[in-house]
Amino acid sequence: MNAAYLIVALPITGALILLFGGRRIGDPLSGWLATIAAGGSFVGSVIVWASLLGRSGADRTVDKQIFTWIPVGSLHVDFALQLDPLSIAMVLFVTGVGSLIHLYSIGYMKGDRSYPRFFFLLNLFLFSMIVLVLADSYLFSFVGWEGVGFCSYGLVGFWFDRETAAVAAKKAFVTNRVGDFGFMVALFLMFGHFGSFSYSAVLGPLASGHSTLAGATATGIGLMLFLGAVGKSAQIPLYMWLPDAMEGPTPVSALIHAATMVTAGVYLVARSAPILHYSHAVLWVIAIVGATTALLAATIACAQNDIKRVLAYSTISQLGYMFLGEGSGDYTAGLFHMITHAFFKALLFLAAGSVIHALNDEQDMKKMGGLRKYLPITFPTFIIGYLALSGIPPFDGFWSKDAILDSAWHMSPALWAVGAVTAGLTAYYMSRQVALVWLGQARWTSDGHEGGGGHGGHGGGEPHESPWVMTAPLVILAFCATFGWLLNAPFGGLDFVNKWLAPVFPSTIDPAVHVGTGTKWVLGIAVTAICFLGLGLGLTAWRKVDRPALEPAVLVHGWYIDEAVSAAVSGPLTRMASAFSFMIDARVVDGAVNGLARFTSGTGRQLRRMQTGYVRNYALGIGIGTAVILAFVATRVGS
Amino acid sequence: MTVPGAWYLVLAAVLFGLGATGLLIRRNVLVMFMCVELMLNAVNLTFVTFARLLDDVGGQVSVLFVLVVAAAEVVVGLAIIVAMFRRRAAATADDIHVLRG
Repeated sequence: MNAAYLIVALPITGALILLFGGRRIGDPLSGWLATIAAGGSFVGSVIVWASLLGRSGADRTVDKQIFTWIPVGSLHVDFALQLDPLSIAMVLFVTGVGSLIHLYSIGYMKGDRSYPRFFFLLNLFLFSMIVLVLADSYLFSFVGWEGVGFCSYGLVGFWFDRETAAVAAKKAFVTNRVGDFGFMVALFLMFGHFGSFSYSAVLGPLASGHSTLAGATATGIGLMLFLGAVGKSAQIPLYMWLPDAMEGPTPVSALIHAATMVTAGVYLVARSAPILHYSHAVLWVIAIVGATTALLAATIACAQNDIKRVLAYSTISQLGYMFLGEGSGDYTAGLFHMITHAFFKALLFLAAGSVIHALNDEQDMKKMGGLRKYLPITFPTFIIGYLALSGIPPFDGFWSKDAILDSAWHMSPALWAVGAVTAGLTAYYMSRQVALVWLGQARWTSDGHEGGGGHGGHGGGEPHESPWVMTAPLVILAFCATFGWLLNAPFGGLDFVNKWLAPVFPSTIDPAVHVGTGTKWVLGIAVTAICFLGLGLGLTAWRKVDRPALEPAVLVHGWYIDEAVSAAVSGPLTRMASAFSFMIDARVVDGAVNGLARFTSGTGRQLRRMQTGYVRNYALGIGIGTAVILAFVATRVGS
Repeated sequence: MTVPGAWYLVLAAVLFGLGATGLLIRRNVLVMFMCVELMLNAVNLTFVTFARLLDDVGGQVSVLFVLVVAAAEVVVGLAIIVAMFRRRAAATADDIHVLRG
């Protein structure tokens, strides 16, 4: 169990070493250091998981206190870790996928002049993410929550000398603040109602059925928590930051903006299941927001030309799926989809990174094509990720998506229909991507493109396969995307994830979703048929590259939502901020500071005249001073 | 016959005044230094007088402390004066007002 400390300590140690000694350690040693720290953390997670496995289901919650953080009156918040099936499941896939992406980054970031800073942020991110999922209280989780937000900011804006990257980083951070506001209000409500933040004190009695929660309270806390989740997990209406976040280096997109950080909201909702149980309204809101986001993002993804933006919208869409599953009351399905999604979406991003790398930072799919011959390892792994995301059996995505859609059907057939249409669209836009990137004729020129990224160019020549540090994670993730469904196969008692997570979601707060086996078969076959339809349409339609009819401007611009929000919110706010910076900052704040400085120096200039440098003047001063004091004492004593 | 205690106090006050005046008006460092000694010893005289009048040995003890401090002060002060003479021929306090504001 003490390996739990290792999970937390290794990444922060790595981050601190890289922060202070990164420049001296240099390239590529600092990358290896960070990778070893991440890998060690993964090993620690496996050890803890194994020792939890040796206990009975009800016993699998262990608290590990590090130190008392806030002891104020009746409020008592610890720096403490809670090891339970949910947090261990999270930390296993976070550190596992994280280690692979660290390894990949060693190759991808090679030659970047801020190489150590990248790995410092990556390790710090991993630490924050681990704190987020392992913390034993909402407040301590919030520390990690803000930490990952900061690292996301630092990594999206990693190449901050590019204007677009700096703007995207700011957008991501500010949008997340809106969600954080919800999280904080939820914390205040929670403190007001429960007088505590710790999971065991707040959720324990609710989960075991010893106490109940008034519907209004549950709705208030649940909605605010979900607002936090919406910000972090890029759901409507706070999703606009995620596509822009693709300005960051590709491993960052894979790790933070696909596999781990954006799933923090999914984790938070799952963790708060005992509260949500008492408010049906919130569950409906979660399901509807999830379904709407899934559909909307999928339509936008159909018309994007940037290889990474397609995947970004796809991520938003898949996160919507996870919330649909959770809102439908099937948390395990949502979490299972989160794990499989981490495998295949990280795989797709890393493979896309490999393509971008091979084409010297070209990201426009219209300028790719015919790459299958040149990247013999990346191509098949990308195809596996593509099939998994498109929901083609027997790959990962099919199974987790199927579980979610079954629960959605149970909630409402309308939600199921939205999910099914989204599944078809997903297959379609991914086929479009495959057709544009890998199939057809080469539309790139072999004399080398103008490198837009911060890392060194490779000159011209034909696209070349990436080094082994980049392809090895691809192969491992492809393996996971192919066989990951065995973790939770819905037959023959192979549903290990369901069984593992069962103690976290007891039937008192999470009544089992009953969908008949026959219905399941029908639904599964229907969805798969839709997926194959989308697949076929995408592959045939995009044999030709130029198809303006299939790329209406409204989709290219993402239904103009981003533009509308910018015009309605960002514009006035920016104007207000610049007005404030001129009036309040330049005049009042700076005025006060400068005025104080001017007063001090003026006084000094006058007072320095007293310092004549003549001993007798000082002696006279001492004499007069003594006389005054004596006179004062004499009068006081006299009276 | 015994001299009344007040006479000692008056003498001490006169000595202190002489020392203070000398310190303020003289420019020779050595003389200023002697004036300081004069003031110190005027205070010592009052200590001893009061120790005698009030029959309290504490005053005499204070004198010993003052003497020790004065001796230490002499060491430092004379060293400074010697250093000054090395740099310039005359020792006038007003010549060295480099620390003026």
